[in-house]
Amino acid sequence: MNFWEHETRAGFFVSILSMLKLEEIDKLAKLARLEIPAEEKETLRKEVEEILEYVGQIQKLSPKEPPKEAGIIRNIFREDKEPHQTGEFTDALLANAPEKENGYIKVKKIL
Amino acid sequence: MKIDLKNLAIKTTHDHLKKGDFSVKELAESYLAEIEKKNPTLNAYLEVFDDVLEQAKEAEKLFEAGKATILTGIPLAVKDNILIKGRRAGAASKILEGYVAPYDATVIKKLKSVGAIFLGRTNMDEFAMGSSTENSAYGVTKNPHDEMRVAGGSSGGSAAAVAAELALAAFGSDTGGSIRQPAAFCGVVGLKPTYGAVSRFGLIAMGSSLDQIGPLAKTVEDAEIIFNAIREQDSMDSTTIFSDTYEARKLQLQEKFVIGVPRDFLGEGVAPEVLENFEAGLKKLEKAGAEIRDIKLPNIKYSLSVYYIIMPAEVSSNLARFDGVKFGAKISGGNLLEDYLKTRGQLFGKEARRRLILGTYVLSAGYYDAYYNRAVAVRKLIADDFKKVFAEGVHAIATPTTPSPAFKIGEKSNDPLQMYLADIFTVTANIVGIPALSLPSGFAEVDGKKLPLGFQLQTAWGREALLFEIGKKFEKI
Repeated sequence: MNFWEHETRAGFFVSILSMLKLEEIDKLAKLARLEIPAEEKETLRKEVEEILEYVGQIQKLSPKEPPKEAGIIRNIFREDKEPHQTGEFTDALLANAPEKENGYIKVKKIL
Repeated sequence: MKIDLKNLAIKTTHDHLKKGDFSVKELAESYLAEIEKKNPTLNAYLEVFDDVLEQAKEAEKLFEAGKATILTGIPLAVKDNILIKGRRAGAASKILEGYVAPYDATVIKKLKSVGAIFLGRTNMDEFAMGSSTENSAYGVTKNPHDEMRVAGGSSGGSAAAVAAELALAAFGSDTGGSIRQPAAFCGVVGLKPTYGAVSRFGLIAMGSSLDQIGPLAKTVEDAEIIFNAIREQDSMDSTTIFSDTYEARKLQLQEKFVIGVPRDFLGEGVAPEVLENFEAGLKKLEKAGAEIRDIKLPNIKYSLSVYYIIMPAEVSSNLARFDGVKFGAKISGGNLLEDYLKTRGQLFGKEARRRLILGTYVLSAGYYDAYYNRAVAVRKLIADDFKKVFAEGVHAIATPTTPSPAFKIGEKSNDPLQMYLADIFTVTANIVGIPALSLPSGFAEVDGKKLPLGFQLQTAWGREALLFEIGKKFEKI
């Protein structure tokens, strides 16, 4: 089944859930790795809900699944040769890391 | 010779430099003096580079060696999301505090090679998200025509710099109107090229299927000169187009040409002074030989919805890289996850966070089909509308650039949806990938101030030359 066939169901799903809950903001914030201050959550919820309501107007349209189109197919990859010198960019790139040690980027232990 | 910045364009400047009427150094000094005078109020530049005069010296050598080209010694401003090797770049965000670009963006590399002068980096909405530069972490840029009003955004600093003679021209980036809208608000020319015409390598990404770098300039010819200097297929950006990607047609404009106007789209929400000015613009083109034709773009009304689904979706992926580990600033927490949460939560501004949440929502499992996939399908419908109109012989489509002249600082900053509506006429070109040009078209008198207005022309993929030709006709009348 392609996604166009269950479009009505998706539409229904969206309409009953169009009220965005605060818990959803929490979940989205967690997924997006954002700490949102408690006092901002309700404003954010309202704003996002309003925007979703506006952009949701495209659900009134039920376009046919667009035919796949391919332009001229070209290989845009470079030849796998002439690599740069090992370490050529290391210093410049590492210089931007907030924490580093002995040529490595340093992060907190994850295990 | 006294340098009259107001009357300089790229070609005239080049001629003066060549004749020795003034030197690159003197020219650069004139701009630096203007910046010193006006930037404290306007806040167009976030940083003025301290080696401008050394850059000028290098450019002078090119003149002496007879190797100068049209852009040699031309002082330019660069938006804060375009990388210049060894210099700070921050996309006006706290999360990139301290970041120094390790390489040149392709557009910078190209202009460095001809000896253009980079005066400094300009203010913008954080990560190019916004229509007013009010989302900058470093304060709003004021409109040179009325300091109570915004310069537009997100390339507001670049637009204000060109309008206030703080640079001869500037680079901006345009994801949904971020070059054209501030150009209109500040009374300068702004070009969003065909998607893929200009390399995005070294541009801090926002919406990768929408972003393009382009010029803000005082004249159509200046925009054309810069565009021709930066357009090129680039092995560092796989989405750049080849010379034969779009049907190569002879782009000479006929004496009679056709301008399409999507009248159905011009009613609601457009300020009367904007409509009046737009009609006057159409009259100008008629005088220049245009047939003005009503056209239908039935799905264009969904453009803004499509844009505000696809763009945040891409934003939420592109901004995942800012995590306090690889570059920029970091706020430390109790463990790695807390590092992420705090760094991103506290160092991204409100609008960036809002779009990250929106993008995460439209891409999440339960809503992906209803929002993201639907938006992708409607995007195709909109592109088909445009294809059809161009196939019917329309050379360019005209609309106002913005539904109103520059609004007041603070007027819309608490109402994101109202702010988004300011992009109504500009987002379509990004959605379908066509080039679009905003031309200064006169002024609206509001509260005793003359506020600039913009006239937008869009044409088919790869046909910037047509826009320049029509734009020059428009300028002359």
